[in-house]
Amino acid sequence: MLTLWGNVLASGILMGLVYGIIALGLTIIFGVIRIVNFAHGAMVVFGLYVGYCAGAWWGIPTIVAAVGAGALLFVFGYGLETLVVKRFVTRPHHIQFILFIGISLVLSGAQLIAFGPDPRPSVSHLSFETIAVGPIRLDLARLQAATVAAVMILALAGFLKYSTFGRFIRAAADNRLGGLMVGLPIPKIYATTFGIGAACAGGAGALISPLFDAQPFLAVDFTLLAFVTVIVGGLGSFVGALVGGLTIGLTEAFAALLFAPSLKSALSYGLLMIVLIVRPRGFFGAKET
Amino acid sequence: MTDLLELDGVSRRFGGLLAVDNVSFRLKGEGITALVGPNGAGKTTCFNLIAGALPPTQGSIRFGGEIISGFPAEDICRLGIGRTFQVVRPMRDMTVLENVMIGAFSWTRKVSEARDAAREALDMVGLGPKAEAGISRLTLPDRKMLETAKALSTRPRLLLLDEVMAGLRPPEAAAVVAVLRRLAERGLSILLVEHVMRIVMEAAEHVIVLHHGAKIAEGTPRYIVSHPEVVAGYLGEAFRA
Amino acid sequence: MQKKRDALPDRGAVLGCLAAFAVLAMLGGVLNPYLISLLTIVFLFTFIGQSWSIMLGLGGQLSIGHALFVGIGAYSVAVLNIRYGLSPWFGLVVGMALAATIGATLAWLSFRFEVRGIYFALLTIAAAEFSRVVFSGWEFVGGMQGLFFPAQSGPNSFWMLRGDARFYYFVSLAAVLLGVSATALIRLSFLGYVWRAMRDDEDASRALGVRTFLHKILVVSFSGAWAAIGGGLLALVQGSVFPDSIMGMGISVDILVGPIVGGLGTAFGPLIGTLITLPLDHLASAIGNKFGIPGLNNVGYGLALIAAVWLLPDGIWPAIVNSAKSITRLSWFGNLQMEQVKK
Repeated sequence: MLTLWGNVLASGILMGLVYGIIALGLTIIFGVIRIVNFAHGAMVVFGLYVGYCAGAWWGIPTIVAAVGAGALLFVFGYGLETLVVKRFVTRPHHIQFILFIGISLVLSGAQLIAFGPDPRPSVSHLSFETIAVGPIRLDLARLQAATVAAVMILALAGFLKYSTFGRFIRAAADNRLGGLMVGLPIPKIYATTFGIGAACAGGAGALISPLFDAQPFLAVDFTLLAFVTVIVGGLGSFVGALVGGLTIGLTEAFAALLFAPSLKSALSYGLLMIVLIVRPRGFFGAKET
Repeated sequence: MTDLLELDGVSRRFGGLLAVDNVSFRLKGEGITALVGPNGAGKTTCFNLIAGALPPTQGSIRFGGEIISGFPAEDICRLGIGRTFQVVRPMRDMTVLENVMIGAFSWTRKVSEARDAAREALDMVGLGPKAEAGISRLTLPDRKMLETAKALSTRPRLLLLDEVMAGLRPPEAAAVVAVLRRLAERGLSILLVEHVMRIVMEAAEHVIVLHHGAKIAEGTPRYIVSHPEVVAGYLGEAFRA
Repeated sequence: MQKKRDALPDRGAVLGCLAAFAVLAMLGGVLNPYLISLLTIVFLFTFIGQSWSIMLGLGGQLSIGHALFVGIGAYSVAVLNIRYGLSPWFGLVVGMALAATIGATLAWLSFRFEVRGIYFALLTIAAAEFSRVVFSGWEFVGGMQGLFFPAQSGPNSFWMLRGDARFYYFVSLAAVLLGVSATALIRLSFLGYVWRAMRDDEDASRALGVRTFLHKILVVSFSGAWAAIGGGLLALVQGSVFPDSIMGMGISVDILVGPIVGGLGTAFGPLIGTLITLPLDHLASAIGNKFGIPGLNNVGYGLALIAAVWLLPDGIWPAIVNSAKSITRLSWFGNLQMEQVKK
């Protein structure tokens, strides 16, 4: 019994770290540019397909595919911000919403054209392998995804905290106008931030490719998952995204254990409603809208 | 007889800064009173405390004998205190008349009644002819008067005016003073926040001086200009400027 | 936002509006069944879009989870009719009451802590998704299998709101006319003024005595009740309700695309926008199917949406009005341009 709980706890934490990195991508974009990336889920699925292709076509290991997906999505995000999103930064929320729905549709449509509507199951052997840590059995795919996610989180935290450009990004998040006045390269900061956010989504997508069958229609689910995570943690907060990710990961894992697997998202939304009622800005939410 | 407005030991703290420090004063039911002081003296904060935009940290504010401190701004407005904003805040989508009608909707739900009241308020401040214009066509003095008309349309007993004459040229300011006098003659009590001393001396019958958040003097304009502390701390410099 | 000052609808506008509706009503007699059913859906989404447009265009509150209210209305009608045989009219009333209550509760929970803007928008989508998941697992309302109205037999019945495609065409058209009139009446009433003031500057409105907390709850509640009527009619037209197709995020998106593309806060924006976007979506799907390329429709529709918000920042209807004015009254156009620059 205790072993079962331990297993569920472990798998919840492992998934939580992956959810955390997805949410981190969403939250960093919001924190700096003050826009909500409603196309985030489509970017996760983008990464999922990269992971799928890498494994199925070229036999590339998932970790390498994740790095590749991250790099690819960074370039995509950087370009998208520079060419399109930039023009919408000061527009009202509902216009931005339509823009990102449009981007999301284009991405999902492109995935549909390329791969068709049928799920593409992973060919990774990792999905079936487990290792034992004491009495707890961890499945390798999750362990690998969580480890890489943790490394990404640490790397991102280090970049934001210690590098010069990372400091620029944090300064811009605190005060856009002030940043402009002291001569920060705001356009470059925004594009880079959006690139980082997209890279988080893409990298995470590739990491979970052994766990999820790639399918274009998953985009909405991942977008909503990312929303739930960041709202629980607090939109715009780095720590909040991680805490939110872990909370949702654990909630889903225990919901599947205690109730029915189909209820796991209901419980996440239930948790979200409770958080909104008690702490509407999440655990670590920013003060201003 | 109870005073219209009564501040009793009112303080407001922002973190470590005591913006308003134990201020007490009373206003009678009519006439023009000015609240003056150098920049950062706590005038606008004091004003926001009365209007309910901020709750005081300490002390009580009474209006017509009833405690109003801590009430939300909309309730204070409905009790009879109208206010303007230092930075004018017209609703950009609406005409001048519609802007003013919003205030009237605090006491009526009839659009026709609100429209009549708004016209009346606009006439009082001399904006009647521009009632149907869009906000973007108004000059700065017009905008200041629009703010005043909006506050008037709520049918206040006390009118709080935050720097309505800042940025105006002398003839424009003189016109505003004339309007305020007319309003005061109609039995309205007006509390002005200003830092242009010369205008205040011309318009107000009673002056309250704030410095570093605290009240340092109160009295007639004549008394204030001769008050040594006021002259030393602030007046001399302002007059020279 | 939009800077129209349509204070009083002038006689020309009213006549033009009635003429447009007369044409649409006559079309109902002659169009082929495909167009009839397409336009019926367009009208219903216009009607729901009007409720959404009131909430954002007048009240200043963005909802990206309006499917919640649509679903509440749809399920109220479906459950009361299918399970208890009650007239859909009862369902519509019950749905309105439920949606109004849920909307008010949601707004109260949110605005009590000064949760505004995008946070409130995210809350609406969370609430919609939560209900969708709950309804998916709730056997009484059909769960994932949904509920089906019995097949229509016998003559059209206004009392039971059951009839053929043409019957629903006219019901939906009437709903849009009702929506246009209601929007115009609200704009002219004290609520319209107060809501617009609140939308433009909340603190300044409070200083003028507007009880913004109360009015924000009211506008969300009102908009929710309105959307619920549309949801109930949509359920009847489709003949069935499923959690995913009536409460899903796709519905929330479809609702707001029309009004935004058409021109937010304008009387005709939702109709014009939905008339263009919804058939465009169908057309894209048809083309995608014809060439056997699934996904082509998503790319096409997505690009159209991006182009719309990029090229027509204020929507199609204001653009039409502006260009009409530029032809008839050049000086007027000059003024409009001035304002645009200042904004």
